[in-house]
Amino acid sequence: MPDQGEFYQRDRDWHPPAYVKEYKTSVARSPQYSLISLQNSVGEITGPVFGHNDIDPMDRDLIHNYATAGESAIGERIILHGRVLDENARPVPNTLVEIWQANAGGRYRHKKDTYLAPIDPNFGGCGRTITDENGYYYFRTVKPGAYPWRNYVNSWRPAHIHVSVFGSGFVQRLISQIYFEGDPLIPLCPIVKSIPNQEAINSLVAALDMNSTIPLDTIAYKFDIVLRGRRSTLFENRLEGN
Amino acid sequence: MVQPLNYLKETPSQTAGPYVHIGLAPGAAGFDIYERELGWDIAGPNAEGERIRVEGLVIDGTGSPIKDVLLEAWQANAKGIYAHPEGGGEVEEGFRGWGRVITDFDTGEWGFDTIKPGKTPGRNGRIQAPHINLWVVARGINLGLNTRIYFEDEAEANAEDPVMNIIEWERRRATLLAKRSEKDGKVVYRFDIQLQGQDETVFFDV
Repeated sequence: MPDQGEFYQRDRDWHPPAYVKEYKTSVARSPQYSLISLQNSVGEITGPVFGHNDIDPMDRDLIHNYATAGESAIGERIILHGRVLDENARPVPNTLVEIWQANAGGRYRHKKDTYLAPIDPNFGGCGRTITDENGYYYFRTVKPGAYPWRNYVNSWRPAHIHVSVFGSGFVQRLISQIYFEGDPLIPLCPIVKSIPNQEAINSLVAALDMNSTIPLDTIAYKFDIVLRGRRSTLFENRLEGN
Repeated sequence: MVQPLNYLKETPSQTAGPYVHIGLAPGAAGFDIYERELGWDIAGPNAEGERIRVEGLVIDGTGSPIKDVLLEAWQANAKGIYAHPEGGGEVEEGFRGWGRVITDFDTGEWGFDTIKPGKTPGRNGRIQAPHINLWVVARGINLGLNTRIYFEDEAEANAEDPVMNIIEWERRRATLLAKRSEKDGKVVYRFDIQLQGQDETVFFDV
């Protein structure tokens, strides 16, 4: 049955609330009135369409996409791969996935980042790709380092890669962060802990995937992304008409 | 016990953080990496309709402009058609209807050039007033905020708009109205977003 109806309601208890006292920046940036609930119309079920002309195949290789010819980024070489699915467990094909991250020392290439760890001249820190017909994506990059940030005096972010995904409708738009299996900083982080549900937190931790490594070359982590699913068009779910 | 439903759970959101520009607008972060950055041209050269600029601030609960916000816009063309297979028809070549902007690091001002969208179909055969869907992310915003830009000079259409009308508090509806002016011969709509307070912008659970 084709997906033609509206998107399933977002489970907002699964996501972090807007106001999280322990994540200090959220306090003055969190709306306080209730959100107005809105049933989908055409502007919600549609969203931008991207094609292979929008990006370059090299954009998915962060080890080389900013490096001088013949050189590469410093750090633990990793493949980050997985599928973009919807809540119906169907693949989301041809959708744009963008990532950004600190370098192996925990430093971002950003004019506002002043952390003392050095910039890697061969590492930019961003990549993008479009999922294939099976919803599959992959990047090659280096594992980012942990870094300190000003929340408490002694707050450290676990190693993470930021990820942005579109889907087919603008209400599927999502930004999140990918953590790495075994990182002892994960349970300490106020941003991680903004998510109230441990199972939800676990779903942000990429698993070491020994079957997808390139032996003697690159280690691999697997991370599936799930976007909101759509209703099938039965009888009462039509967006238009009565 | 019952049969399991086996739906997957959506990936939970995390803040876009202070360095969102690296991934989504690297030119602004201070480096040149992609041949083509996405989202800077919403309407393209061939779009019909009135050329407009939309600009504003995002203001936090202390009254201060936020200087590390990223906003994305999604809109129909002047005929009310979205550039999407389910968007209601064909759009002009080069019209994407989607844009991405960041706030200025010093002032917090954001702005984009586009065309004024047309009316679009709503649910149950009703018509929606011209509007632009807006998605707001930043450090300290844990899940992207959805709002809509309406146009104050569309008073009649706004009064009939089904979404405007489900907002119970009439004075809150005004937070969605962009104010029209002319600057250097250009039509500019002002749309300041308030994250908190009595004039908090209406945000939607879509």
